[in-house]
Amino acid sequence: MQTLTQRLANPARFMELSARLLPWISGAAGILLVSGLYLAFFASPADYQQGETVRIMYIHVPCAWLSMMVYGLIALSSFGLLVFRHPLADVSAKAAAPLGAAFTFLALLTGSLWGKPMWGTYWVWDARLTSVLILFFLYLGLMALRSALEDESAAAKLTAILALVGVTILPIIKFSVDWWNTLHQPSTDFTSTVDPSMRLPLLVMAVAFTLLFFAMHLKAMRNEILRRRVKALRTQAVAGRDRLAAQAANHGAAE
Amino acid sequence: MKSFWALLSRDVRLAVREGGAIGTALGFFLVVVSLMPLGLGPDLNLLSRIAAGVLWIALLLAALLSLNRIFEADHEDGTLDVLATGPLPLELVTAAKSLAHWITTGIPLAIMAPVLGILLNLDLAAYPILVATTLAGTPAVSFLGAIGAALTMKTRRGGLLLALIVLPLYVPTLIFGISAVSAGAGPTGLAASFLILAAISLVAIVLGPLAAAAALKVQLQ
Repeated sequence: MQTLTQRLANPARFMELSARLLPWISGAAGILLVSGLYLAFFASPADYQQGETVRIMYIHVPCAWLSMMVYGLIALSSFGLLVFRHPLADVSAKAAAPLGAAFTFLALLTGSLWGKPMWGTYWVWDARLTSVLILFFLYLGLMALRSALEDESAAAKLTAILALVGVTILPIIKFSVDWWNTLHQPSTDFTSTVDPSMRLPLLVMAVAFTLLFFAMHLKAMRNEILRRRVKALRTQAVAGRDRLAAQAANHGAAE
Repeated sequence: MKSFWALLSRDVRLAVREGGAIGTALGFFLVVVSLMPLGLGPDLNLLSRIAAGVLWIALLLAALLSLNRIFEADHEDGTLDVLATGPLPLELVTAAKSLAHWITTGIPLAIMAPVLGILLNLDLAAYPILVATTLAGTPAVSFLGAIGAALTMKTRRGGLLLALIVLPLYVPTLIFGISAVSAGAGPTGLAASFLILAAISLVAIVLGPLAAAAALKVQLQ
């Protein structure tokens, strides 16, 4: 009895399955995103204290949530690559890194746009902001290391090692930065303190953004697999041409 | 164990006899610290307040400069391949090389730090604390740095990449290093940040050689 991850080790089967799943995930993400945006911008009330700026939260919170989840996914994929040598693990880690960096950047950007009217400044050196910024640096480090290495299989393993080192150090960084300075409001317990009129749009947006990420991630993984196939075919074609040329040369020499 | 000490003493001797390496790091440390008053103005009160931060940041940058030499030189002349096939596990090879880096870079920089503190009008009472915290914190700099050095060993433009990878990992060391020296923490706060700093170094001593060895194995195949 094979588990799902084992069956997915065959890229052809992954391509088939993802081709079938992708329209559904993208469709669901699209519908939820549109209805979530409608709920967030028209159907939900403005905050009594923050006014209209509270609507930034509906984008900010899902991005911040994804910035952490995607790093978790990269760490998991890296573990899968180094321990189980799963062929799709590296494809997943590689495809997720730029997406994670983009969501982290969006979380920082929307947070700073919200901070200007609320805190009176675009940026404060508060603990949460700082640890998300460092998370962003970790993403950049992963992408930079991969792009600097020519050998793809070595690049895969080395970035996986870096991702696992990052995930080990991340709690220490988080702890030290919290200890250093705290201004950001602590995490909210969404079941109790957020009004239902705001909880629903936030929940819809969080699910929509998560589905959006998975749709983009699947697509990026498919592209990466196709890119590798094209590369392999090119190498084969070049090798084949060389062999033909060598045969022709031998033939000529024999005659 | 014998080969561990042999490798350690070889690396230390190489660093000392080559000259250059230690002197350059110390010179860089001196120059960066002297640039600070030029950039920030000669106000002694201000300098005294930010002295700990300036010293720690300059120390990190100075240590960073020498990190890429941990494995690069041995990789270029093939020594690393010999070490990898030798009896000593690769984890201990990386541990010995990181330790050698700490002895030849971390300790000199830690000793130099209070001397440069004079330039920044650092409070006299903070001197012993500064030496103690830099000594406790610099192992983390060397051992975490070794991970970055191993990961970027074969890359072109390795130095810049190394900084991008390693500096975020130094954040905890920097924060607790500075908070220990900055006055106002009180004896309990001081003891707490000193102990946490030592704990971070211990974590780095375990994690660093393992990760660095894993990175070397990938590249030496």
